Amino acid sequence: MSNPLYENIKRDPRYAQLVRERARFATMLALLVIGVFFAFVLLVAFVPSVIALRLTEGSNLTVGIALGFAQFVFFCVLTWVYVRRANSNFDPRNAQIVQDALRKS
Amino acid sequence: MRMSSSSTPSRALLALSLLLPAMAWAAPDLGVAQKQPLNWHAIGMFFAFVLMTLGITYWAAGRSKSASDFYTAGGGITGKQNGLAIAGDFMSAATLLGLTAMIYGDGVDGYIYMVAFFVGWPIILFLMAERLRNLGKFTFADITAYRLRQGPVRTMAAVSSLTVVCFYLVAQMVGAGQLIKLLFGLDYNVALVVVGVLMMVYVIFGGMVATTWVQIIKACMLLLGGTAIMLLAFSQFGFSFETLTTKAMEVHKLGQNMLSPGKLLADPITAISMGLGLMFGIAGLPHILMRFFTVTNAQEARKSVFYASGIIAFFFNVIAIMGLCAIVLVGTNPEFFEGGEVGGKLVGGGNMVALHLAKAAGGNLLLGFLSAVAFATILAVVAGLALAGASAISHDLYARVIMKGKASEEKEIRVSKIATLCLGVVAVLLGMAFEKMNVAFMVALAFGVASCANFPVLLMSMYWKGLTTRGALVGGYTGLISSVLFVLFSKSVWVDVLGNAAPLFPYTQPALFAMPLAFLAIYVFSKLDNSAEAQAERAAFDDQYVRAQTGVGAASAAAH
Repeated sequence: MSNPLYENIKRDPRYAQLVRERARFATMLALLVIGVFFAFVLLVAFVPSVIALRLTEGSNLTVGIALGFAQFVFFCVLTWVYVRRANSNFDPRNAQIVQDALRKS
Repeated sequence: MRMSSSSTPSRALLALSLLLPAMAWAAPDLGVAQKQPLNWHAIGMFFAFVLMTLGITYWAAGRSKSASDFYTAGGGITGKQNGLAIAGDFMSAATLLGLTAMIYGDGVDGYIYMVAFFVGWPIILFLMAERLRNLGKFTFADITAYRLRQGPVRTMAAVSSLTVVCFYLVAQMVGAGQLIKLLFGLDYNVALVVVGVLMMVYVIFGGMVATTWVQIIKACMLLLGGTAIMLLAFSQFGFSFETLTTKAMEVHKLGQNMLSPGKLLADPITAISMGLGLMFGIAGLPHILMRFFTVTNAQEARKSVFYASGIIAFFFNVIAIMGLCAIVLVGTNPEFFEGGEVGGKLVGGGNMVALHLAKAAGGNLLLGFLSAVAFATILAVVAGLALAGASAISHDLYARVIMKGKASEEKEIRVSKIATLCLGVVAVLLGMAFEKMNVAFMVALAFGVASCANFPVLLMSMYWKGLTTRGALVGGYTGLISSVLFVLFSKSVWVDVLGNAAPLFPYTQPALFAMPLAFLAIYVFSKLDNSAEAQAERAAFDDQYVRAQTGVGAASAAAH
């Protein structure tokens, strides 16, 4: 019952390569987000005193606020990194694989 | 309301921490709000909004012909538009009011929670957005039932979707009624009927096209209003973080402790469980998932989460500064306290902080604008919920389970419209019935079911070859029933609603416990299933995977 087009795509070694690379990239980014975030949560839960530490003497900028803000920025940058790589690298390769498979079937 | 009705500051904090999910996710729990005098600025601006959205609905009605137009706006929404709509769905009136109040009351705790509310979005982008678009058509059950037996799997998806939608809808309705009574001086029941009727008009006549544009306009209004208030308020401190925080700590009841984690984060289990529930609950909310099917292709789906994440991150930081400014501008001004007693009860209750700040920073005009935005926000969110619920009934239950795919498109749309009507009536009636009740548990239930029933099945169906019908059914129902039971036996229902002395389950958030149960059940029962059917289902994964990865065979955008 398998669609011949899907069979052609599956047989293409570039497809396996693309899937592997994309999965590795996405998983790495997701683990990075989860890791950073839960490290932060554990810090808050078990060493709350660190959160209130001032970054520099006499300033109100604390570790907690700085880490919180840094996460907003960092995670947004990661979404940008992902979208950029997907647009410039994954999408054209994907389109090529599909096009070639369509021609064959 | 709730916060200020407590007798001491520490009790108020504790009450706030228990209510946190409600405050941030549903319409705010305002307790029983006092009726305020009519606010003409707000009413005028709200009328302008309603007229505009009705115009859009009229325009959308003309181009909503097919089922695809009705459910997914013909798949013709761009990534940027959808990003705004997703951000709009996510940033409810409660996010604005509840989170501002949280920073105002608890300082840095509020900011830490904002990070937790935000962190789910990048995860959805990396792991789900593109696959959702490539595999889905109208509802998320299109994905879970892709290679499994249609009837039972779609029935389960519809049951859990409707559970989520109903609880969430009622929580929003009760909050809406209280808020509108407070802001506009309208009677509670009248407010509910207004919300219910407008919601039905948007969905029935304009379908997803109108629902999406209402959401986009509202998101723009919210961003504009919030940013304007933040800039006006922050300018009084010369845009200096140091000046602002120093002044805030001088007048705040917590003083220097404003910068340390406080009561909100006292219990790590609840904090982690809630974090999990919120993070993955988003990925199981039917009205959010439906948004992924409205864009042209996977690339646009990706783009929409990218924009949504940026908008949400920006707006949360705006809210954080608003809350800090409010500590000084609202917290020291007798005008905003009942009887002019600074530090006493805020006029209208604890959730009014953002609105008082609007008045303090921009006068009555800005107050009116922000009130109208809050009302618009509620309308837009309930319309999205109603559409998601209606499509579970018409597309999953009626067209696929009852008619086995033989229903005509016209009939399916008609059933969907009737379902919207029924859901609207039910929501208004339940909203009236629950007026005096604490509806915080309904939000916990909605997020519990979304994260413990919808999300595990959805994730496994996209990623795990070994999933079978039996595993999906047992796992899905395990997540559904266990999350409902955990909430039922927790303090928020067992003690607060049913009046028992002690809760049977010590935590108010079910996700940390029910989600692993669901995953385990999915795994074990799929593994144990070796029927011919199960083997065929596993074999079908490879083709599904190719479609998920490449988009070949994905439901395409209607030609418009």
